[in-house]
Amino acid sequence: MSQPGAVVVPASHDAHEAHHEELGFWRKYVFSVDHKVIGIQYAITGLLFLLFGFSLMMLMRWQLAYPGAALPLLGRILGEARMPGGTMLPDFYNELGAMHGTIMVFLGVVPLAVGGFGNFVLPLQIGAPDMAFPRLNMLSYWAFFLGGVTMLASFLVPGGAAQSGWTSYAPLSVLAGAGQTMWLIGMVFLITSSLFGAINFITTTIQLRAKGLTFMRFPFFVWAQFVTAFLLLLAFPPLEAAAVLQLMDRLAGTSFFLPSGLVVSGQVLTVAGGGNPILWQHLFWFLAHPEVYVLILPAMGIVAEIIANNTRKPLWGYRSMVYSLIFLGFMSFIVWAHHMFMTGMGTAMAAFFQTTTMIISIPSVVILTALIISLWGGSIRFNTPMLFALGFLPMFGIGGLTGLPLGLNVADIPLHDTYYVIGHFHYVVAPGTIFALFAGIYYWFPKATGRRMNETLGKIHFLGSFVCMNVVFMPMFLMGLAGVSRRLYDGGATYAFAQPVLHLNVVSSWGAWILAIFQIPFIFNFFWSIWKGEKTEENPWQATTIEWASPSPPPHGNFLAAPEAYRGPYEYSVPGAAKDFVPQYEA
Amino acid sequence: MNIMRNLLGLPALASAQGGQVDSLIGWTHVFMFILFVGWGGFFAYCLVRFRRSRHQAADYTGVKSHASNYSEVAVAVIEAILLFGFSIPLWAARVDRVPSESEALVVQVTGEQFAWNVHYAGPDGVFGRTDIKLLDLQENPLGLDRTDPAAKDDVTTLNQLYLPLNRPIIVKLRSKDVIHSFNLPEFRVKQDAIPGFTIPVWFTPNVTTAEMRTRTGNPEFQYEIACAQLCGLGHYRMRGFVTVLDAGEFQKWMDAEEAKLKEQAGDIWR
Repeated sequence: MSQPGAVVVPASHDAHEAHHEELGFWRKYVFSVDHKVIGIQYAITGLLFLLFGFSLMMLMRWQLAYPGAALPLLGRILGEARMPGGTMLPDFYNELGAMHGTIMVFLGVVPLAVGGFGNFVLPLQIGAPDMAFPRLNMLSYWAFFLGGVTMLASFLVPGGAAQSGWTSYAPLSVLAGAGQTMWLIGMVFLITSSLFGAINFITTTIQLRAKGLTFMRFPFFVWAQFVTAFLLLLAFPPLEAAAVLQLMDRLAGTSFFLPSGLVVSGQVLTVAGGGNPILWQHLFWFLAHPEVYVLILPAMGIVAEIIANNTRKPLWGYRSMVYSLIFLGFMSFIVWAHHMFMTGMGTAMAAFFQTTTMIISIPSVVILTALIISLWGGSIRFNTPMLFALGFLPMFGIGGLTGLPLGLNVADIPLHDTYYVIGHFHYVVAPGTIFALFAGIYYWFPKATGRRMNETLGKIHFLGSFVCMNVVFMPMFLMGLAGVSRRLYDGGATYAFAQPVLHLNVVSSWGAWILAIFQIPFIFNFFWSIWKGEKTEENPWQATTIEWASPSPPPHGNFLAAPEAYRGPYEYSVPGAAKDFVPQYEA
Repeated sequence: MNIMRNLLGLPALASAQGGQVDSLIGWTHVFMFILFVGWGGFFAYCLVRFRRSRHQAADYTGVKSHASNYSEVAVAVIEAILLFGFSIPLWAARVDRVPSESEALVVQVTGEQFAWNVHYAGPDGVFGRTDIKLLDLQENPLGLDRTDPAAKDDVTTLNQLYLPLNRPIIVKLRSKDVIHSFNLPEFRVKQDAIPGFTIPVWFTPNVTTAEMRTRTGNPEFQYEIACAQLCGLGHYRMRGFVTVLDAGEFQKWMDAEEAKLKEQAGDIWR
């Protein structure tokens, strides 16, 4: 396994059979070391957490649309400590807010995008029999699982889950209840899991690629996962350290993030003192900005695959896309303090971070432009994966563009910490990344199951989601421009200046609830298709990349014979070729 | 600019510095809109023109021109102009060119869960000593030591910030407990109040509350202070008010506060 390209893969089907005895249920489906099973475990856990995180938000949207109104039925189930008489308490609202963010980012999107798609697709796409370290891979999933369980259990401790926002700014978080301790422990598990995964992805990509698969023959998705793995490896440790420091502040009486002389509710706080609340913000955002790219790069990778496949032509500007991706990954480490423009930043530091922020927009523009230009001259098939991939482009475009006024710190003054920010990053992550993830699920479902998902249900899912996502998030820009702060328990009803835009809260909320209804066709389609979907052959989309060389679903060890790469990843509609695609793996 | 302000739905403007902020927001949105329409138009055109039923065989090469490079360079150039022409110099003016304390009115504002404590130095222009030991939530939320000569004329209010018209205001922000953010939407002012730090922020109010009531046709109009950083369960109601008075009326208000202080001091002696 030491030479790239010299992969030890069983040479024939018989040899493959000889290597593996039949595994029992537990080792095959639960404590599996097979990257495909682990990928599916990650994906399903991630999807469940996405649904759970979405449900928390739907509860919040009730309180935002109808502040103080009793929520029938559900309010009673959630109990007196959270919703007495069905009316939500501010503490519970803050719990929902903090946990919605945490769950969507760390337990939903990242596990699905990296743990799910990365694990399942990447080894197949590079023609590897498995990940380089299968046991580490299993450990990564179970560390993630423990982190998830810890986060869920935190809702049940006295005082409830963390309620200081997903950013957990000190001193508020240090002074908060036991749920915050659970949050920090959960984060330590999740970050550890990401580190295991990152090491595995990097090693696998470099060491286990098929013969002939040079770096410039990588599918764009492989590049995206490869760069993402470096972000995870290098950006997450600072937050792990910071989480341990905050844990010490809470449990051991240290004051890394607490200055001297704090007075809380009229009582002088006896702490060691001498700490600095801004230190937490630097450590947090040093992780959390690269984290944004951890959310978006795999999404771009998925979209690129699907666009090439369904335009039936090579990606336009593949090389500049790859260079932009690497540059994005690098730059994402030096923009973090643009989240902190309002902390009292001096001119030099503010100038540096706004300049890097403007610079990082350029490679994003290059990638997005290349994807759009790739459509020119295509023969575009509008199947469900393609619809979601196409939907990603303008939605991510809106998310990216609205980052501009936030990145210019004078324009950011009135917009900072308002709904404008919420609209901005949700456009990037919700109709952006999550659309790409849906696209990926519809696209690789036949590879994982040997069956296709239903197209009609898929199209209903897409159209409904596309409209509703915009109904949810577009009003937030208007609320933000009007100056309404985020994280307000009553959605801004206290303030006179917010009155003209308050009705938009109702619009957003109904958008969210109807969006939920449009996920039902997806959930049904997903499970129904596992058993009843239309059967497919190994390459139903007539795609060129190596994962389609393996049987669907791929057996343990993935390929019947070691694949080789003979050409670039997207040789569609090659002039003079017999069919409109020439697979990478065909001599 | 007013058209853009209305189109974007920004709050009414009441500070001398806010116009520049609004211009930058406005022009950035114009730029964003042009880019979105340009990209969106090209995108939609491609979807229609190159759909499979109309365009059976894809073209291996696709776009041959490098026009997109020019558009990328144009984006970079415009961003550079917004950055170096506007944002960086405007920020430098706000942060580095703070007016001298002799011409400005200096006010200390201290955030706590969930209120804004306002502290004026009074006629002597010197803030009195504060001591954490004297702190009392009801009577003396700032822990002001009234035995300090400089403190005798210090005026404190809760959630009420009175400001004179057309005079630079320097607010020195502090926090007692957690991070708050001092947000004055109409003045285009926002600054975090961070425990352990005293952070100055300055602006010049140029529309009185009375004038704004006439302009908006709302006799109950008030400028508000809104907390913009999650600070606990009462974050949503951490609201204060700003009243902008012309110079004469501001002096009258200050004199009345001083008179009240003298009366209270007299009570103690009797």
